[in-house]
Parts: sequence; C-alpha cells; structure tokens
Amino acid sequence: MSTLEIRGLEVSVTTEKGPIEILKGVDLTIRSGETHAIMGPNGSGKSTLAYAIAGHPKYTITRGSLTLDGENLLEMKVDERAKAGLFLAMQYPVEVPGVSVSNFLRTAATALRGEAPKLRTWVGEVKSAMKALNMDASFSERNVNEGFSGGEKKRHEIMQLELLKPKIAILDETDSGLDVDALKIVSEGVNRAKEANDLGILLITHYTRILRYIKPDFVHVFANGHIVEEGGPELAEKLEEHGYVEYVNS
Amino acid sequence: MSLLTTNYLTPTGREEAWRFTPLNRLAGLHDGTSITGDRKSLGVRKALPPGVNISRVSAELVPSDSVSDDAITQRVQSEAADVFLVEVAPNHSLQEPIYLDRQRSGMDSAELSRVRINVGLHSQATVIVENVGNAILAEDVEIVLSPGATLTFITLQEWGPDSVHAARHHATVGADATFKSITVTVGGSLVRLLPRVDFSGPGSSAELVGVYFATAGQHFEHRMHVDHGVPRAKSRVNYKGALAGDKAHTVWIGDVYIRAAAEGTDTYELNRNLLLSDGARADSVPNLEIETGEIVGAGHASTTGRFDDEQLFYLMSRGIPMDQARRLVVRGFFSEIISQIHDEVIEERLMGRIDSELDKAGQQ
Repeated sequence: MSTLEIRGLEVSVTTEKGPIEILKGVDLTIRSGETHAIMGPNGSGKSTLAYAIAGHPKYTITRGSLTLDGENLLEMKVDERAKAGLFLAMQYPVEVPGVSVSNFLRTAATALRGEAPKLRTWVGEVKSAMKALNMDASFSERNVNEGFSGGEKKRHEIMQLELLKPKIAILDETDSGLDVDALKIVSEGVNRAKEANDLGILLITHYTRILRYIKPDFVHVFANGHIVEEGGPELAEKLEEHGYVEYVNS
Repeated sequence: MSLLTTNYLTPTGREEAWRFTPLNRLAGLHDGTSITGDRKSLGVRKALPPGVNISRVSAELVPSDSVSDDAITQRVQSEAADVFLVEVAPNHSLQEPIYLDRQRSGMDSAELSRVRINVGLHSQATVIVENVGNAILAEDVEIVLSPGATLTFITLQEWGPDSVHAARHHATVGADATFKSITVTVGGSLVRLLPRVDFSGPGSSAELVGVYFATAGQHFEHRMHVDHGVPRAKSRVNYKGALAGDKAHTVWIGDVYIRAAAEGTDTYELNRNLLLSDGARADSVPNLEIETGEIVGAGHASTTGRFDDEQLFYLMSRGIPMDQARRLVVRGFFSEIISQIHDEVIEERLMGRIDSELDKAGQQ
C-alpha cells in the first residue's frame, strides 16, 4: 500500500520577466489502487503539477510538501523519485537519437531493480508487453521516440508503465492525439498495470473520453493553479455537459 | 636521418588554413624542423581478399595525382621515398575489408608517409586504417576511384595521448563512382586531417562522415574540401563531435565549391558539436561557394550545444542516474556514424573508448 501526498504545493517557473507562479496550493492524496482524474482547461497548470512531481528542473517548488510513503520526494533527484516508485507518462515523450528502445528499457529496468534482469526472461517480458499493446517486434530496435507517430509514442509510454512497475503513475494527457482504437489499446494497458501492481493513478486529461475506458474513483477539477471542485465519476459527466466555463470565470 | 629543409612556404599561423592550429604543437612538421627517420609504420593487419595487391614502390614510379597548397602535404609529396600502394583490380567486389594499421609507430622521429589507393573500374572495396600508439606522422593519402567504382575508406585515429598527426585524404572520384569516408578521431595530442574530394566524371558521389571526441588539451581539426567541377555529382558531409575538459579544442571547416560546369550538383553538409563541459571550444565553419544556379540543392548546417535537458529528464524519469543518462545520450549521438563502419569488433572498441573518454572528462 503506497500513498502519494501533495500538501499545499506551490510551484513557479523562471522566465525572462522573473518567476511566474503556476501552482497556487495543491492538496491531493493518491493511494494504491485508486484512480484520480484531474480535469481542467488548457493552461490551468495540470501538466506543471505532473512535471513538478516528477522533478523537472524547469519548475521550482516554492512551498508545500510532496511525499511518497512518508519519504520526501522534494529532496530526491529525478531518477531517485522513479526508484521510489513514481512514473510519469509524458504528453510529449522526448526523442533520444541513437538509443534503441531495447537498450533504453533494459537500462531503466536495471537501474530500477538494482540488477540487470536475466536476459531470457527479460526478452520474454518485453515481447509480451509489446504484443499486448499491439506493437510490432521490430519496435525495440528503433531509437527511443525517434520518428514515432503520436500513437506509437503513447503506446511506448504505457509499455514502460507495464514493464517498470511503479507504485504511482501520473498519466499526462495520455489520450491526446489518439484515435479510438489506439485509445482503447492504451487504456487496456493502463488497466492491466493497475490490476497487476495495485497501481495508484493520477490521470490528467482535458476530455472525458478516456474516462470511458479508465474508470476514475475521484474527479478533481483544476483551474487557475489549484483544485476548485472534487467529486466522484459523476463530476466528469457534469463537465462533459457544461465544460469548464463556470470554473474559469470563478 | 635527415633534417628537413624549409623549401616550402612555412605557415605562420596567420593564414586562413592555419589560424586555428597551434603550430608549436606540430612537432616541426610544418616548418621542417622535425627529424624524419625512415620508419614505415603502415602494414597489412589481416590476410588480403582476392583482387587486391599491396606493395611499396619507389616514389617516382607513382607521381602524386593531385596538387596541394598545404605545406605539410607538399613536404610529404616531395620527400617521401616510397609509396604504400593499394590496388584493387577492375571488376572485383571484395567481400572483406582491407585492414591496414600503423602499429610500429614511435615519437623518436617523424614519419612522412605517402599512400595511394587505386580502385579499378566497377570494383567495390572497403579500406580500414587503424592508427594506434604514439607517433609523429605526416601523411598524404591519395585515392583514385575509376569509373563505376565504390570505395568506403575508414580511418580510425585511436592514437595515444602524445601523437601528432597531420594528413590529407584526397579522393578523385570518377564518373558514376561512389566514395564514402568515415573518419574517427578519438586520440592524439594534435590531429589535423584534410579530407578532400575532386569529382573527375559526372554522376559521381561522395559521402564524408566523421566523429571526434576531444578531451582536456587535445586539438582535433578536420577540414573538408569538396570540389564540384563536373555535372550531376552529389556530396554529403556529416561530422559530429563532442568536447569535454579544459582547452579541448575542435575545428571543423567544410568548404564546398560548386564550379560553373557543375550543373545538377546536389550537396549538403552538416556539423554538430556537443559541449560537455566548460573550458572547451568548438569552431565550426561551413563555406559554400557557388558559380552556377543550375543545381539540385546546396545547403549546410552547423550546431554547437550542450546536453538537451529534456533528453536527460526523460531518461532519468525512468530511474536512470544522471551519469548513465549522459553516457546513453553521448553514445547515441555518436552511434549514428559509428554504426556505419559495419564491423562489430571495431564499433564496440570505439564505443568503449568513447565511454572512457567520458569517464576521464567526468573526473576532471
């Protein structure tokens, strides 16, 4: 049983004109097996929350706390947070030229597990993860995210989620740029990972579409750098009907 | 042993071609003060495939194929006593590369070395030259591709830390012939290479690719010159370099000349440098001179930058520690070129060398 606790989190970015505050006090608790959807308009700070939790150097935490099972994530480097059990599926996964998917995955698994996975079982693990996400076997010889279509990038992210077995996963607009078939395949991957590892999920999205495939236990509406309303799955239905207008103007 | 005389226009360092080169570290190769011995370090490393003949012949039997305005090249051309001659017979497609190496080098005297590689009509060959150990070497490699020939010419500068190496690699590429060179420079105190291409017939092509990795105090200089003087020739240049450590210095100059007669020319050159620490300096100068507008394309690009933070963040967010993430990125950066060698043993060795250069840089 794991718990990610976010308390009074305030985050700013440095710009040419000085620091700009983006998150203005976020409180959120995510436990193993729970799925939390964060929904909100563009520019509300949803992605900043995701990157700040993962430790992206662009963001400065000015106030608040961030712990995973009581351990202070703010004192950890990016790789240490991953080792603590955190995973971020990115909206725009980064190309790493010249580094093959298979080399990347094995290096990551070795770092996270503390020893190199046994070659024979590892090859099998990767193959079945790829097959489950409807990915061609030749995929592992390609360079990380290089020349991947939008859908391939997202499948690759979820394949990592299944292979690296984190405790808490943040999915940053994993649904963006996916057609219905790809959305279904990717969502099934997320549900498998949750089933297999009692994963806690923070699902960031703009649209309700993905919530048909990944059922949230809690829905949080995000606007202007903080959570403005919380509820169960029914809140998503309300958003589907009325949009974010009332929150943006509030 | 003979003391070289200064018959040549000795560079002063103010010339465009020499302005980046620390002349005082050339061991006297440029001004004739180096002591030349009669060392002949180049040899054959593996059994030769059929269709290849290698011999040492007296210099006057193989006159230089091309003129050079480079003082060191001129000196080699006029003073080397013999020529290391590699001949690939016409209509032979070699299944195995020709492996040459310079193993019996040394710093006690300088070596002036002339090499000629002739690839016969419609033949295909790969030549790999491995430069290891410590040496003071001035070299002129002339390569002549007959019409329809294909040659991949690979030179590996895996020198020890004291080496001084100045060389011209001059290729004359015949009609419909295909020349490719892969240049790797990862060792030496000062390495200055002049890859040159002259097209002697239409429909020919040349691809020059290379990597270099300079650490503290090393000076690695690569100056291409591609001369398009015939119609419908194609050239591509892609050099990638990394630098780490105080006073690591690399120079890349890419001169492409498209003459009036060279209609239908298609050329592109690219140089990318990765600065891994403060105190290192990468000079990168592409030059394009065009005398005809009737071309397919001509372009160049040059970038010099640091690690991409987003790449490192992505790798680290998967649990990979910073130093390993940096190593992956650098390996990836170089593998685009190294993987073109198509020799697993050599590729692994070079990647290992790059890892250890990176380790060395990390400890500084």
